[in-house]
Amino acid sequence: MKKEYICIACPVGCHLVLEEKSKDDIKVTGNRCSRGESYAREEYSEPKRTVTATCSADNGRIPVKTNRPILKEHIDSLLKEIYSINIDTLVERGDVIIKNYADTGVDVVATGSSAGKIKS
Amino acid sequence: MKEYFFDCAVIGGGAAGMAAALEVEKSGFRAVIVERENTLGGILLQCIHNGFGLHEFKEELSGPEYAGNFSEMIYASGVKVFLESTVMEIGEAQGKIHELYCYSAVYGVFTVKAKSVILAMGCRERNRGNIGIPGTRPAGIMTAGLAQRLVNIDGYIPGKEIVIVGSGDIGLIMARRMTWSGCKVHAVIEIQPYPSGITRNIVQCLEDFSIPLYLSHIVSSINGKDRIESVDVTPLRDGIADEEKTFRIGCDTLLLSVGLVPENELSRKAGIRLNPQGSGPFVDSYLMTSRDGIFACGNVLHVHDLVDFVTKESRTAGANAVKYLKSALSARQYKVVSGSNVRYVVPQKFNFEDVSQFYLRSMIVKNDAQIEVKINNHLIKSVKQNHVQPSEMISVSLKKEELAKVTSVNDPELEISII
Ligand SMILES: Cc1cc2nc3c(=O)[nH]c(=O)nc-3n(C[C@H](O)[C@H](O)[C@H](O)COP(=O)(O)OP(=O)(O)OC[C@H]3O[C@@H](n4cnc5c(N)ncnc54)[C@H](O)[C@@H]3O)c2cc1C
Ligand code: SF4
Repeated sequence: MKKEYICIACPVGCHLVLEEKSKDDIKVTGNRCSRGESYAREEYSEPKRTVTATCSADNGRIPVKTNRPILKEHIDSLLKEIYSINIDTLVERGDVIIKNYADTGVDVVATGSSAGKIKS
Repeated sequence: MKEYFFDCAVIGGGAAGMAAALEVEKSGFRAVIVERENTLGGILLQCIHNGFGLHEFKEELSGPEYAGNFSEMIYASGVKVFLESTVMEIGEAQGKIHELYCYSAVYGVFTVKAKSVILAMGCRERNRGNIGIPGTRPAGIMTAGLAQRLVNIDGYIPGKEIVIVGSGDIGLIMARRMTWSGCKVHAVIEIQPYPSGITRNIVQCLEDFSIPLYLSHIVSSINGKDRIESVDVTPLRDGIADEEKTFRIGCDTLLLSVGLVPENELSRKAGIRLNPQGSGPFVDSYLMTSRDGIFACGNVLHVHDLVDFVTKESRTAGANAVKYLKSALSARQYKVVSGSNVRYVVPQKFNFEDVSQFYLRSMIVKNDAQIEVKINNHLIKSVKQNHVQPSEMISVSLKKEELAKVTSVNDPELEISII
């Protein structure tokens, strides 16, 4: 099993090749430093992303994000859930909108406050 | 007409304006921000994706969070804020006092008088007119930034079948946003042989969704009567369109991500000298423009890719405005020029008395590059850079001691090159 990645841990963007001969024999080549190796291993075994989106709210939209990266396989269903919510109370930046999504330990939190405004 | 008097007036309440105003206020001078929109934050408010603030807050924030942190500081400070107010014109200075003519749906017409002014109006996107794509003029064509605003702030999806022109970061970010919003992004078309956005965005916004990126390709025609129906895409070979290989991609929406230019309108009308290299105003080592007491920072000065640099630069502009108010800007100014492979350097002057911070952009893509700073051909600093590319701004700072190596030359001229 061979997979190719571009390392994003720094701007050099090394082209990495990950080769799995067996479960305990995984080799990464093409990396100029050790960060590239761990990047490729993580992308191979459990790729994660931070998801950002907006929820509908009574007045305008509220931007939200996952409080940490979530496994890629959950992203589509998570987005569906986020889009199905309508927030009808006032929220503040940092409020939890979805707690422990699908038992992943990941929360969805508001990144802006209601009506997107902090008025003086 | 109402008049307000301040020590420093900041035009624009984005990342740049907020950082500059806080810096002025901190030193005990009275600052005001005049902002056109109904919220502080500027472009950050529509950038709901992650990736802001690693330097400034040591964590990755979304745009609204970065903006929120600063606007809370503003409202906790004594900075006066006029929202929904546009500066229409910077009048001629009356003695040492600048006059800003403002219009607001809330406050009516008013004048802000100030001893110093900081320009922080941000930038605008290039549009179809700037790049000249031939074809019909149907609906469904807009800049990527406008689409970003429609989707992220207004909750309105402009189309379902998307093609993106230009691989700048905003276009890439929008490729992911449109996909996550249930649209199909068919392609990103880039005229250059390399992508103009950062690698992280190529990987996480295109490759994650198997969106094809056509490098060295152009959109050669836009087709459709009322609404765009398709685009013709032509590969370039040695820079020349290989017309026989043209292919067609169906779409109902075309997003343009073909670059940003500083918002120069107000500055131009105010008689402020602009940098001929196509960025914003010409500034000296204090970030002061050709008009005495008027400073510039953030995207109105030159287009930044990291908001953290905007914040840093704007604090410097604020601190310099304070020195100006205290009549403490006295250092002699000397010329800065762009050397080989450098598109521009900001600021365009330096002095021997302060730490000098320069921002520059490369014209080339290269690994293991060297940034060289010379004064009249004496090498005073050389920094290794793992990787340079036009889309990543480079920052170089010089200490007083480094500059002191050559104080004795006549007519010093500082040159920064990439080799
Ligand atoms: C789409 C996009 C994506 C980005 N993504 C990232 C990223 O992932 N990570 C990162 O670190 N950086 C990113 N950046 C860069 C960074 O966010 C910006 O460079 C920075 O926020 C710009 O701040 P600014 O204050 O200079 O400009 P702006 O935020 O544009 O603020 C200018 C303000 O001035 C106001 N204004 C203009 N003219 C007038 C007038 N005449 N009167 C009154 N008000 C006026 C405008 O309304 C606006 O609020 C991105 C930039 C863009 C455009
Ligand atoms: S492997 Fe190291 S040098 Fe190469 S891109 Fe990743 S972090 Fe940068």
